Amino acid sequence: MKVKVIVTLKNGVLDPQGKAIQQTLNGMSFDNVSEVRQGKYFDIEVNESDESNAKTQVEEMCKKLLANLVIEDYKII
Amino acid sequence: MKSSVIIFPGSNCDRDMDVALRKFGFKNQMVWHNDSEIPKSDLIVLPGGFSYGDYLRCGSIAGKSRIIKSVIDFANSGGLVLGICNGFQILTETGLLPGILQQNKYLNFICKNVFVKIKNKENKYFKNIKKEVLELHIAHNEGNYFCSKDELKLIEDNSQIAVTYCDQKGNDDEANNPNGALKNIAGIFNKDKNILGMMPHPERMIDPFLSGEDGSIFFENLIGS
Repeated sequence: MKVKVIVTLKNGVLDPQGKAIQQTLNGMSFDNVSEVRQGKYFDIEVNESDESNAKTQVEEMCKKLLANLVIEDYKII
Repeated sequence: MKSSVIIFPGSNCDRDMDVALRKFGFKNQMVWHNDSEIPKSDLIVLPGGFSYGDYLRCGSIAGKSRIIKSVIDFANSGGLVLGICNGFQILTETGLLPGILQQNKYLNFICKNVFVKIKNKENKYFKNIKKEVLELHIAHNEGNYFCSKDELKLIEDNSQIAVTYCDQKGNDDEANNPNGALKNIAGIFNKDKNILGMMPHPERMIDPFLSGEDGSIFFENLIGS
């Protein structure tokens, strides 16, 4: 089954790329944009039919590799 | 003194490090990342470069490569482990050093000479160096050191800050911070000071005609320690 993961920077961690994107959007006349935070998205195909087992495995993957918990949070969706 | 330089796919300072180590008398060996054992060594060096193309996060894939288990075992038994630039990033990703190197604050790749202040000489890497400030070279896109407030307190309490960015006189204030690094941190130790990770490249400063010789001072001290 397919498991989807989103990795984002924790609140308070500087995101210079997000800031640059926000400033560019403002420059393109999207004046309502006050903040952009950039993240990563993963589609993971796990050879596992049980959803709970698959998600438990993906959680381990997030902790050990996909996210660096010093600055990032992960969400399995 | 025997040393081993680990080569990852995408390492590009491995040969420079080999030249530098040999110049100052190390018996150096090159070790491929897919090997599982490191030959008998007194020092292991993780060189600069772009291991695995910086995929996912800088150093994250190299931090899970086959050779790393031996590096961790060696480090945990008290062996000297030096990570330069990408090597520093790999050390943080393995958890051997705290924190992480984020993208530079102003999104620019920085390639220039900088001055760094030696903050702690009670260790094998800096103990007999008379200078307080060294001129070294940096070349990186992700050198912006970051860690949590709690972690920073532990690092400071244990005197784990090795070098900070500064000017020629040793002022390590915000005006002399090239990449946004917390507290101008350019390099840190682990708690026991046998592991050093730093962004500046001493191996690029070993020739009086091509660069400068403050890197020579670093290696001369290390071989004698």
